[in-house]
Amino acid sequence: MSILVNKDTKVIVQGFTGKEGTFHSEQCMEYGTQIVGGVTPGKGGMEHLGKPVFNTVEEAVKNTGATVSMIFVPPAFVSDAVMEAADAGIELAVIITEGAPVKDMMYAKMYATKMGMKTIGPNCPGIITAEECKIGIMPGFIFKKGNVGLISKSGTLTYEASNQVVQEGYGITTAVGIGGDPIIGLSYKQLLPMFEADPETEAIVMIGEIGGTLEIEAAEFIKENIKKPVVAFIAGQTAPKGKRMGHAGAIISGGSGTAAEKMAALEAAGVSVVKSPADIGKTVAEVLKNK
Amino acid sequence: MNIHEYQAKEIFKKYGVPTPRGIVASTPEEAVEAAKELGGNLWVVKAQIHAGGRGLGGGVKLAKSLDEVKEWASKILGMTLVTHQTGPEGKVVHKVYIEEGADIQSEYYLGMVLDRAKEMPVMMASTEGGMEIEEVAAKSPEKIVKVAIDPTIGFQGFHGRKLAFGLGLPKEEIGTFIKFAKALYNVYMDNDAEMIEINPLIKTGDGKFLALDAKMGFDDNALYRHPDIEAMRDLTEEEPTEIEAKKYGLSYIKLDGNVGCMVNGAGLAMATMDIIKHEGGEPANFLDVGGGANPETVAKGFEIILKDPNVKAIFVNIFGGIVRCDRIANGILKATEMVDVKVPVVVRLDGTNAKEAAEILKNANIENIIPAKDLADGARKAVEAARG
Repeated sequence: MSILVNKDTKVIVQGFTGKEGTFHSEQCMEYGTQIVGGVTPGKGGMEHLGKPVFNTVEEAVKNTGATVSMIFVPPAFVSDAVMEAADAGIELAVIITEGAPVKDMMYAKMYATKMGMKTIGPNCPGIITAEECKIGIMPGFIFKKGNVGLISKSGTLTYEASNQVVQEGYGITTAVGIGGDPIIGLSYKQLLPMFEADPETEAIVMIGEIGGTLEIEAAEFIKENIKKPVVAFIAGQTAPKGKRMGHAGAIISGGSGTAAEKMAALEAAGVSVVKSPADIGKTVAEVLKNK
Repeated sequence: MNIHEYQAKEIFKKYGVPTPRGIVASTPEEAVEAAKELGGNLWVVKAQIHAGGRGLGGGVKLAKSLDEVKEWASKILGMTLVTHQTGPEGKVVHKVYIEEGADIQSEYYLGMVLDRAKEMPVMMASTEGGMEIEEVAAKSPEKIVKVAIDPTIGFQGFHGRKLAFGLGLPKEEIGTFIKFAKALYNVYMDNDAEMIEINPLIKTGDGKFLALDAKMGFDDNALYRHPDIEAMRDLTEEEPTEIEAKKYGLSYIKLDGNVGCMVNGAGLAMATMDIIKHEGGEPANFLDVGGGANPETVAKGFEIILKDPNVKAIFVNIFGGIVRCDRIANGILKATEMVDVKVPVVVRLDGTNAKEAAEILKNANIENIIPAKDLADGARKAVEAARG
C-alpha cells in the first residue's frame, strides 16, 4: 500500500517535450512509472519517448485515461496548466515548476479545489511511492520500499531523510515533497491522515522549515488525529529574521514562523522533534522499535 | 523586492490612493527647489531607505523655512541611518523625499499581506497608527481589524465597512475610507505586491485620508511582468554579494559565523547551518547552489564564500539528485584552479554518482580537501577545521 500513487497510476506530463520534461519523464519511465502520454500545445499527434503527444489535457485524458499530471511548464504558464488539468478532470497535479508567481498559484489552487483536483507543489521534487511510481525529479534509487511515510517542504532534505531511514534498515512507503512556496497544494494536514489510514505506513517523518503556519496547524492536527509515531525536523533554526532562505515561503516575518515555535508546537503534540538533521533516521528507528 | 517610499507613492497616485504632495531630491539644492515647487511654509524632509523606524533614527525632520529644508537635507543626505530594521551597520541615505506638511487629526495603520493560511490577501487596519503592527499584534491584538479578501470576488463594500467600523470611524467618513481601501487593494493585486504598509494613514482636519508613509514589497517571481517596477530596483539597498550570487543562479545570504557552507537545495542548506550550530560552530552563510549547478557556478560559490574574511573552513554538503555529485566534484577541482582556496574544505557528497565523485576527489589528491562520510561527520569536521 501507499498513498495517492502506485504502480497502476496513469500519468501524463504537461510540458512533455521540453528539456526538463523530457529528461525527467524518461527517468520516471525507467523507474517504472506509467507515463501514458504528454501535452505540448501545437505538437499534438507527435510521438515523444514512445508516447503520444496531445494538444490539450482534455484530449490526453480522453485517450489515455490518465488521472495524474506532472507539470513542467515554465513559471509564467504554470497556473494556466494547472487550471487546464483541473478542467480536464485530472485528480492530482504534481507541479514541479519553480518560480510561479504567488498570485497565479492563489487562483490556480482555488480553481483546482473547486474542481476537486488535488495539487502537490509548486517548486517541489514531486511524489514517489517506493519501487512503484515516481512522479517528480527525485533520485529514485534512494527510496527503498518500507514502512515510513515522508512529507517534506525541501527536496534535498527529503533525499537526506530517506537515505538515513534506509541506512537504519527501514524504508519508505510514499514520500511527498510539498514544496516551500507561500501557497502550496497538499500539506501536512491533508497528507497525515492519508498516512494514518495506510496500513503499510508505521511511522511518519515530517520535514518543515521556517515561514508560515503549516507546521503549527499540523501539530494541532496530530494531537487530535494521528496515532502513528511522527518524527519531525524543522530547518532554519539558525536562520536570521526577515531574510528569505532560498524558498519563497521560507521567511520569518514579523518574528513569526520561527523554527523554535514550530518545534515547540510539535513537541507539545507528542511528536519526536530532532534538533539535528543527522538524527532523523536514528529517531525513526527508535520510535519503530518502541512501538 | 522592496522599493522606496517615494516610489510606492508614485504607484499609489496612479491608482487614486491619496498621498501628500512630494518630490524626491538627491542634493540639498534639489531639496530646496522641490520645497519651492511644492509651496507652502511647512515641509517634511524624509530619508529614503528600505527600512522602518526612520523618524526615531533622525531621518525624518520638519522644516519651517527653505533654509531649514536645505539644512536638514544636507544633514540627512549621505548620513548612515541606523534604525531597528537596518541592523547596527545602518544604511547610507542617497535620496530625500520633500513632502508638504499635513494637518494630522488622527493616525491609523493600514496594510496588506498574503494570509498564507487562508491563501488570499488580507487587509489589516488599526487605530494604533505609527506603532509597529507586530507590536500591536503582540500587546493588543483586539485593536487590529482584519479582512481576508477572496480575489475571485474582489474588494467589496462589506470588506471596507468591516474595516471602517472596526476603526470606529463616524458614518460620514466611511465612504471616503472605503474608496481609499479599495484603491489600495487594486494597487496590491495589479502589481503582484507581497506587502503594503501605510503607517501612518492619517485623517486630516478636513476629513481626508492620506497615506503619510508607504512601504511596498513585491513577489520576485512576478517581476517579469512588471518592468516598470523592476526598474525601481535600488541596488544600493541590496547586499552586493547577494546580487552577484543571483547572477550565477546561486542563492546566498551572509551570516556572522566562520564556517562557510555550500549546499544544494534551500532546505538542506538551512539544515546544514543548523547542524553546524548543533556541533558547536557558527555558519558564515546560507548558500544554495541550486539545481543547475555546474563547475562554473560551484567555483563562483567558493569565490563568494571566500569574500567573507571570517570564513575559516568551508563545508560542501551535496546530496545529489538533480545535481550529480561528479559534476560537483569537478566543480570543486576547477574552483581550486580558479580561486585560491586556502582554507580547509570539508566535502560530503552523497546521492547520484557519489562513488564517481569520491574517486575524482581522491585522484586529484588536494591537501586541503577533507572528505566526510555523512552529514554529521562533515559538520563535525568543518567545525573542527574552522577552529584551526
